[in-house]
Amino acid sequence: MLKRVKERAGLFFASLMCAVMLNPAWALASEVAAEVPMVPIIDGEGWWKWPLILLVVTFVMGIIAVLGGVGGGVLFVPIISGFFPFHLDFVRGTGLLVALCGALAAGPGLLKANLASLRLALPVALIASTMAIVGAMVGLALPTHIVQLSLGITILGIVAIMLSAKKSTIPDVPAADSLSSALRICGIYHEPTMKQDINWKVHRTPLGLATFVIIGFMAGMFGLGAGWANVPVLNLMMGAPLKISVATSKFLLSITDTSAAWIYVNKGCVIPMMVVPSLIGIMLGSFIGVRLLKVAKPTFIRWMVIGILLFAGLKATHKALTAMGVL
Amino acid sequence: MSEITKEATQEQLLYANILEKGMLIGLGLMFITFGLYVFGIMKPVVPLDQIAAYWSMPVGDYLAAINHNFMHMDHAPTGWAWLHHLGKGDFLNFLPVAILSGVTIVCYIAIVPGLFARNDKAMGLICMATAVILILAASGLLAVGH
Repeated sequence: MLKRVKERAGLFFASLMCAVMLNPAWALASEVAAEVPMVPIIDGEGWWKWPLILLVVTFVMGIIAVLGGVGGGVLFVPIISGFFPFHLDFVRGTGLLVALCGALAAGPGLLKANLASLRLALPVALIASTMAIVGAMVGLALPTHIVQLSLGITILGIVAIMLSAKKSTIPDVPAADSLSSALRICGIYHEPTMKQDINWKVHRTPLGLATFVIIGFMAGMFGLGAGWANVPVLNLMMGAPLKISVATSKFLLSITDTSAAWIYVNKGCVIPMMVVPSLIGIMLGSFIGVRLLKVAKPTFIRWMVIGILLFAGLKATHKALTAMGVL
Repeated sequence: MSEITKEATQEQLLYANILEKGMLIGLGLMFITFGLYVFGIMKPVVPLDQIAAYWSMPVGDYLAAINHNFMHMDHAPTGWAWLHHLGKGDFLNFLPVAILSGVTIVCYIAIVPGLFARNDKAMGLICMATAVILILAASGLLAVGH
């Protein structure tokens, strides 16, 4: 008897749930809830404050980036995602466009002066831009807090690289490897400090190209320019002279960031009210930064950049761990 | 193949010149389109006084919300859908962004014939492969999301 009552109650409950769940009104309500997210209520009159603050902050960022010898993108993403109300998706999209425009502005001059080497950049760009697409796709598919946590850890890793990486003005390359010989990755440039023409070539090309698999992926995933990683690999691992490495790295960003930028643009991660003030701020800041370069103390600026990145990396990590409920 | 000299190669100069022109056109246009948008000369899809309510949302939610509240299209505006809304101040700004993001593809396509003409087949093939990858990225076929 009790068993039959339980069965009937179970059937009734199942029927009721089916009726409710299959009801068109319920379906519509659930669809609306799923497709139209809640838009937060904000004070509409003060909308211009954040773009204005963004303009000022990116202006300062542009100065620091030039003086500290880093790209704008590596400062932009952790700082803006950590301290501004913009979602990480838009910050990464904007960060890529900031790094891209910086590279586009510098690229033509560096190529014409033969400091950026097209022959060195082309094979590297093929790998880095392919992986930047993969990185961008993975970054957009993962939950935000996972990307934020990875970003925080990456920024702390960049701090470690900046603290430990050495530079070699003209690395000793005893012999070019077979791949770089086949692709004729070599060149001549005039070094004014030594008053001589430097014949340069590269070695460990397969290892260097393999490293750009990781660099490209990270550039696309986090929307960071990858100059912080490009220069040590080109200079210390592959043996390109420092000036060639720095110039080729800057030019390389125009290709790597192009591929990732398209993924973000096609996904809709572009809000002009964020992009344009950021670009104007960074460009004006870089303009002033170049002029301050003559009087600034590079060691102090370098430590300041490391300090800012350390703080931004910890902030990103803290934000992600808080969102995950760990802290 | 050409001799190695201190001077930039023909391909490098061609690439630099196209890159420079594209960059100047893109950045110049960006200032104009942003001016049209921010000074209210062209009406945007999302009113300026409401944009702050949307930029803190994940991109998927943002697109769904602006589509539902302002655009009323069958699908959220992803990929090249911005082309249909160039009459709106905010979407007009996608045009310079596309130029800045697209100029590298033009540079690649431009240098390929010269590389093959100088029998630099390996670099020519690398250029062609990269151009294909960049075009694929630009096409919008590689769509993902949360």
